[in-house]
Amino acid sequence: MTKGQIVAGCLAPHPPHLVYADNPPQNEAYSEGGWETLRWGYQRLARKLKDIDYDAIVIFTPHWQTYIGTHFLGLPEFSSKSVDPVFPNLFRYNYDLKVDVELSEAMRDAASQEGIITKMMRNPHFRVDYGTITSCHLLNPEWDKPIVTISSNRNTHYYSPEVMIEQATALGRACAKAIEESGKRVVLVASHSLSHRHFVEEAPLPEDMSKEHIYNHSQYVWDMKIVEMMRQGKSREVIDIMPEFTEQTIAETEGGGLIWMLGAMGFPDFPAEIYGYQSVIGTGNVIACWDPNDDTREYVL
Amino acid sequence: MNETNEPEILFGIYCPPHPQPLLSPDASEGYGKLRAAFEECRKRIEESEADIILVYSTTWPSIIGHQIQALENAVWTHVDDDFHYLGSMPYDFHMDTEFAHAMKYNCEKRGLEARTVEYEGFPIDTGSVVALQLLNPDNRIPACILSSNMYANRSETIVLGKAARDTLAQQGKKAVVVVVSSLSNRMFTEHIDPKEDRIHSQKDDDWNRKILEFFDDGRLEDLSQLSRDIHGQIRVQKVVAYKPAWWLAATMGQHNNYDGEVLAYEALHGSGGAVITLTPSTGSVGDKEFDEDDVEFYRGDRNVLDKGMLK
Repeated sequence: MTKGQIVAGCLAPHPPHLVYADNPPQNEAYSEGGWETLRWGYQRLARKLKDIDYDAIVIFTPHWQTYIGTHFLGLPEFSSKSVDPVFPNLFRYNYDLKVDVELSEAMRDAASQEGIITKMMRNPHFRVDYGTITSCHLLNPEWDKPIVTISSNRNTHYYSPEVMIEQATALGRACAKAIEESGKRVVLVASHSLSHRHFVEEAPLPEDMSKEHIYNHSQYVWDMKIVEMMRQGKSREVIDIMPEFTEQTIAETEGGGLIWMLGAMGFPDFPAEIYGYQSVIGTGNVIACWDPNDDTREYVL
Repeated sequence: MNETNEPEILFGIYCPPHPQPLLSPDASEGYGKLRAAFEECRKRIEESEADIILVYSTTWPSIIGHQIQALENAVWTHVDDDFHYLGSMPYDFHMDTEFAHAMKYNCEKRGLEARTVEYEGFPIDTGSVVALQLLNPDNRIPACILSSNMYANRSETIVLGKAARDTLAQQGKKAVVVVVSSLSNRMFTEHIDPKEDRIHSQKDDDWNRKILEFFDDGRLEDLSQLSRDIHGQIRVQKVVAYKPAWWLAATMGQHNNYDGEVLAYEALHGSGGAVITLTPSTGSVGDKEFDEDDVEFYRGDRNVLDKGMLK
């Protein structure tokens, strides 16, 4: 069997505002648009993914928060409505998705062999989190690829950012091994923002872009520092500085997604493709892609 | 509005958010005791003349101010993120929409950002589902659920409690108020045999038992004052502060004049789960802090037992 491989790794933030702004038929809320810098960036990355041959998307989400180990979706189909608990006015999305259970189980087994506490999620009433839905919708609006969702084990809160780095890196290694043995071509997705301080008030018209800006300049400077390192191919350094970054900007990197993804890709030293950066209700969001193929890697922005 | 312009709060309940007492009460003796304590509370609610059950849930975090559940008939099947293997939690709750909208108004009047949520399929959190399923299984009494804003600290949380008092007083509704929260909240990070469940550490257990002493003595305001210490000592730092005692005290009355009763205290996957009731009392012996008459103007010998709270 041909060895499986990771064909791309995407940092894909999941503010539900972006789906709301797109007005897809699956979402009940209606908008007049907004956040175009991110949405157009997502559209360009989605077009790139269309040109890549792959079998499944594996997504690590901070909105399936587990305290007892790392959990994996373990049923072939989920169909329900995802309502964002924080922004229900924006996101009430009817989803119908397929899961690559074989790949999910293989990654779970590999993680268990690494000593990571794991659990398969096989309750048919389980509601898939809105981070998964948002990132997957924006990267693949046709939903024509099966996914695997991996939960975020809350190591940063329970122990420390350093423990999270150790655990998420080990999980990434295990997932990479399982992907290689599966023979499948896989897109990895870390679903989260960078800086993550929200405004606690919302504009009367949420998509009123005259009200949108980063929460404070410090968050912006930190975000730009991280983005610059991504551009330079310094992924190992991004992880090294992550404890400070996470603490200083309340960054959503605390969930472990980017660490997991870069760990699975062996901490690449090639530049990340940057597709856009914009704030959403004060948080900092970058869309980035690590393309391991030298022939198709682009300088996007 | 009642005669005293103060709400009539029949009693308060402090209970844990974990699903074991609802889904697997027979898995361990401790879970069974917690379930029995919930059932005792249910019985007391049924025997009371409560018009509303008002829930403040620490497992419903919000960002845009304070969210208030207002959907008159909230129906869904909930599954917990961690304990999905214990089963599903179908629910069909009846919310007091009139109260919810007035609560929003009173929050805003006191300077808080607040909004009601009235959406089919809104994900009501595990803690609220467990509490309402066990305390009010037949929907005999309408409920309302308040979120816990993840950025809110002491003053904001206390003002939220005062907005609840305003609303209850305005509507003349007799209330049972419920806080859904663990005591110590550190769980084991491995799957365990429920029969071997225990509090995660001796330190957590010691702190929990001291908190329970305070509850048992009815010293709610003292616990409110200790909240920052409690947060530092036995709470995993997921949010900025331990807020339940602030909200409960601000809602029920910021004093120590209560009859407390600890109905159960058990481990829930390592965390401290307790079911406690607090009933406003007129029988204080006057030996507690915060039950003084007036600390601005000395009015002679104390004569506070008819009042039982600071104005």
